[in-house]
This record gives sequence, structure tokens and C-alpha cells, in this order.
Amino acid sequence: MSQLIQHLINGLAAGTIYALVALGYTMVYGVLKLINFAHGDVMMVGVYMGYATAFALGRQAQRSMWGVVLIFAVAMVGCALLGFLIERFAYRPLREKPRLTALITAIGISFALSYGFQLDIGFLPGASPRAFPEVIVPSEWFIIGDRDVVVWNWQVISFLIAVALMAALQFLVYRTRFGKAMRAVSFDHRTAALMGIPTDRIIALTFMLSSALAAGAGLLYAIKDTSVSPLMGLYVGLKAFVAAVIGGIGNVPGAVVGALLLGLVEEFVVGYAASTWRDAVAFGFLILVLLVKPGGLFGRVAAEKV
Amino acid sequence: MRRLAPMLLAALAVLAAACEKKTQPTGEAGGAPAAQAPATAQGGGAPPAGDDVIVLGEVGALTGGQATFGISTRNGIALAVKEANAAGGVKGKKLVVRVYDDQSKPEEAAQAVTRLITQDKVVLILGEVASSSSLAMAEKAQAAGVPMITPSSTNPSVTEKGENIFRVCFIDPFQGFVMAKFARENLKLNKVAVLQDNKSAYSIGLTEVFRQKFAELGGKITATESYSQGDTDYRAQLTAIKKTQPEGIYVPGYYSEVGIIARQARELGLKVPLMGGDGWDSEKLFELGGSAIEGSYFSNHYSPDNPDERVKKFIADYKADNNGAVPDALAALGYDAARVAIEALKNAPDTSGPAVRAAIAKTKDFPGVAGNITLDAKRNAVKSAVVLKVQDGKSTYVTTISP
Repeated sequence: MSQLIQHLINGLAAGTIYALVALGYTMVYGVLKLINFAHGDVMMVGVYMGYATAFALGRQAQRSMWGVVLIFAVAMVGCALLGFLIERFAYRPLREKPRLTALITAIGISFALSYGFQLDIGFLPGASPRAFPEVIVPSEWFIIGDRDVVVWNWQVISFLIAVALMAALQFLVYRTRFGKAMRAVSFDHRTAALMGIPTDRIIALTFMLSSALAAGAGLLYAIKDTSVSPLMGLYVGLKAFVAAVIGGIGNVPGAVVGALLLGLVEEFVVGYAASTWRDAVAFGFLILVLLVKPGGLFGRVAAEKV
Repeated sequence: MRRLAPMLLAALAVLAAACEKKTQPTGEAGGAPAAQAPATAQGGGAPPAGDDVIVLGEVGALTGGQATFGISTRNGIALAVKEANAAGGVKGKKLVVRVYDDQSKPEEAAQAVTRLITQDKVVLILGEVASSSSLAMAEKAQAAGVPMITPSSTNPSVTEKGENIFRVCFIDPFQGFVMAKFARENLKLNKVAVLQDNKSAYSIGLTEVFRQKFAELGGKITATESYSQGDTDYRAQLTAIKKTQPEGIYVPGYYSEVGIIARQARELGLKVPLMGGDGWDSEKLFELGGSAIEGSYFSNHYSPDNPDERVKKFIADYKADNNGAVPDALAALGYDAARVAIEALKNAPDTSGPAVRAAIAKTKDFPGVAGNITLDAKRNAVKSAVVLKVQDGKSTYVTTISP
């Protein structure tokens, strides 16, 4: 029984991170119908920004409340800027080109970031994994039995942050003018432009928002698993992308539910079946969902416009 | 949504293509990642592979998950080559090492070897650290008849690829044997769980022998779980292991994963010692593992604590060339492998594949810094292993276990 509860907690903690990364995929896809494969790598860059900030602050300051806020702020603002640059110089020039072109560019950027960050020149971090500092001093919030089930403060904090961000995003998309504009651009960006919506600005803002979100997710991920490496974005990005598709890509609550489900499925497969099956089952789950509900759990299948 | 499927397919195709063709030459030894490159480069620009030089090939993980291994090995090889050149080279010619980065991927390593053989016309190949990469390389080297010496691949099947493949380190079964014996006889453990990396031939090799030997000595394996290289969340496996209440956990993986595994094990309340092999040997282990890795044990090829004069001199020279970095076992083995290669080139009547091969095979009682090297009929080095304990953020010598 205690093992089951521990697995549940582990699975939710993993799923929470997937969820925050998946939100970024879902937003960009929703607006632009573009799967931004560089999203995971933007997350990685954000983690390194946070790492550098924490390092600059020193051991004492990084553990204070304001230190943590500063670390998150630097990484999120920095990534928003990076997201803006990527959109402006890599995707915008290709806006009217076939969608595949932008997709390939996204993969190119993904590789440029993940391999570029392995160089060991100047401020670049080098290929080896680094240990992320313990910015949130770990403490056990509740324990059942003699450490039979362990819950950590950062697990609870991450989960609350993820839920809050999801709610904020849902509000933003459905209750604000910006959200309305986003949805209009998503529906048909040419017509939206004709109606006086500054489509370029809306798209740029969407990218910045999703990149900032990625940075936040990345930091929570680094706090959870303590390891930071230039290739981390590929792996987490892929899993989050799968989660977004499971939930119905373009759908905000869908991304979160998909991610939590994926985290739990993976955890239970490893815990109760064979640990070698983890990825096979994760992708099997994706295929199953797509077979039964092609639009994902919360998605709708849109009729193709001809 | 319907557009998603073709887009996905296209994405996968591009990904696959991108993974294929990226063996970048890092140029002459000491070329590209300039920051840590030692001075093996022969006077700046690309030296011609003409008559006045002998070209050696090296394939190593200079980037990717096992980068510190590749970089250490390269530094060790560079030191040996520098010394040989300073002493007049081989047969009146200077030695040059051409290094390719395989990004810690076997498929890249295989490509790099093909390139070394067909384009650079190397007389001999050094590399790789990871057994999976060496296996991919060995096939190509064997087929082309170019001798290859791996400094530190311990999977037995590497040298089984053929008569051209050698190694200057012991093999996995021996490391599994050493740790099983140590756990049972020195630590007196009865119940041990195993957590292996199922993407690595090395990890699986160690696990197999450990399990068998530990059971033979009367111990019990409570659980065998696995993870994949690159994972960072091992809580599911560790939670399952915890239920079986082991007295120790054997984790024969690489340092980049082991450090995190240690932290998560402690976090979940698993306080027992971890045990592993030479894949742990990196300064990074202590950074990644922090206090969680304290009190764990691993088997290794060499300990810098060794008071031997030869080892002291090697450490001093290596430090001088590498900003004071203490050479790890990978650096020591890289150095030894290059020296065995150079010795063979000196002894061989010419630098053709068969001649060099025959000269390497005759290596006997060669004084390496990681122990004396005698190659057996299966082209494996016969030597003893040390067991190290992680203490106060570094590894300290515990004992030596002989075959």
C-alpha cells in the first residue's frame, strides 16, 4: 500500500513537469499549427540561465526566498527574449511557406541549441551534466510510517505552481482580449489580420509566453532531478510533446491531464511491470489514445479546410 | 489534427537524418574544443599525412553523456604521444593523432572509424571508452585489417570481434566478480538489489557476472531493475527496490546517472551503500552525487594514491599539461594504450596492419601506470583491480583484488 502511494506521488511529480512543458507546445500549436520542436531546448537554455544566476548569487542568497524569485525571473525573462528571437528570425520569415519548412527549422534550432551548448568556450557550459544547486532547501512535508512514503516540499510546490499556471493560462486564453486575439489568429490568421488584429505581435507574445513557461518548468525539473545537461531538453521535450498530443494538442487542460496521465503510466510501468518497458508503454499509450480518439483526450477533430 | 500525422512522420525522418551524418572531425589532437586541448597538435596547421609522420587515429566521446571519459582519454593519449615525439618519435618519424568526436554515440563512432581508415589512412586506432561504441568500431577495424586498441572498454565481446582488436584494461566479468566478492566477503552483505543501465552493454555485462558470482558466494539478489541512459528520474525503480529491503544496491552505470540515483535513493529513504564499477570514475560523480554518494564503493583500474614512482611522474606530467587536473583512470588507461601502441610501432618491422598487430600481441609485462600489462591469447590484459570508497568528496583506496 505504501509503495502504491509512493508511486502515485512520484508519478504526479514527474507528470507535473511534463505538464508545464506540454503547455508550451500546446499554446504554440494552438496559435500557429506549428510543433515547436525547439521548445524543450529553450527549456534547457532557461535552466542554464537559472543555473548561472544561482551560481552568481552564491550559496546563501540563492536559498533565500528572493534568491529563488530572482532565479526564476532571470530565466523566464531571458527565455521570453530567446523565444522572441527564435520566432522573429527563424519562424516569421517562413510564415507563408509550407508548414513543413517551419517544422524542419524547429528541429534545426533544437539541435543548434542542444549541441551548441555542449561547446566548452567562454560562457557555454560544456557537455557534462552539472548538479543544480538546492535552491529550495529540501524538507519532508509528511511521511507515513518509518519513511515508507515520502513527500517533499518541492514536489508540492511544483504541483501547485503547475495548477496555478494552468488556471492562469486558461483565464488568459478565454477571458482576455489577448486571448481572444490569440484564438482569432489560431482560427485564421489572414482574416484576423484583416480585422485589425496585430497578428505578428500576438504570435510573438505567444512564443514569449510559452518560452517563459518552459524556463519555469525547466527550473522545477532541475530542482526535482538535480541534474542539468545540454541534452535534457530533447528528452523532456519529447515526453511533454507526447503528453500534449495525448491530451489533445492545442487544448490547455488537455495538456495538463495528458501529462499527469503519462507521468503516472510511466511510473506504474516501471514500478510494477518491467522497467525496460517505460518508453514503449508511454508511446503505446499515445498510439492507443490516437486510435480511440484521434484528436487526443480533450481535442476535437477539426474538419480539414479545403 | 489530421495534418499532425504527416508532420510527425516528417519530423521523425528529419530527426533520423540529422542523427546520421554528424561525425565532425575535431581535427588534429588538440584541435576543436580548444579550452581543454593539450598540445599534441604538431605545429599548428593540419600536418600532411606524408612520409615524415605516422598517423594514429582516435575516436572518443568529446561531447555527449560520457564526455569526461573521452576528454580524459584524449588527454592521456596526447601526453604519451607528446613524450614519444620529444624522445625522437618512431622510426625517425613524428607521431600525429587524428581525433574524431563520436558524441557518445556508437553509430557516430562507427562512422568515425571508417573515415579514419579510408580517408586518413591511419596505421592504428585508439578508442573508445564505452563498450557499445568500441563494439561498433571493432567491426570496421577488424574488417579493414587495422589494429585497434581500446584503452578502457571492458565488455568481453569487444576483443572477440577479431584478432586485430586489443585492450589494455581488464574485462567486465572481472569487475562484476570483484564487486560481488567485495560485497560478500568484505562488506558481509546478504541481500543486494541491482539497478542496471539497459542501454549499455557495459552495465549489462557487469550485472550478469555480479548476480551469478554473488549468488555463488551465498548471497541473495532481491531485485533487478533497469533504467535508460539519459533518464533523470529513477524514483519508480528505487521505490520498487526499497520494498525488497536490500543491504546494498549494485549500480554498474556511468557517473552522470549514478550521482542522481544516489540522491534519489537517499531521498526515498534508502540508506544502504551503492556499489559500482569504473564507470563511476569521474570528478563529476561527487558533484552530482553530493553527500548522497558518500560511503559507496566502486571497482577501478587505478588509484592516484598509488605511491609508485612511475605513477607519480605520470600524475605530475599530466597535471602540468592539463591545468593541474588529477588524471583519472580513463586518462591513465588512455596513456597506457598509447604507449603500448607506440612501443609496438617501434618493434614492428614496418607500419603495415599485420606487422603492427603482431607486435602488439607480443606485449608482455609492459610497465603501464594502471598496472603491468600482459596480453593473453584473447588479446585482453590480465591485471588486478582496486576497490575505492567515496569519502569526503573523493575516492579513497580500500583494497586490491586479484584475478
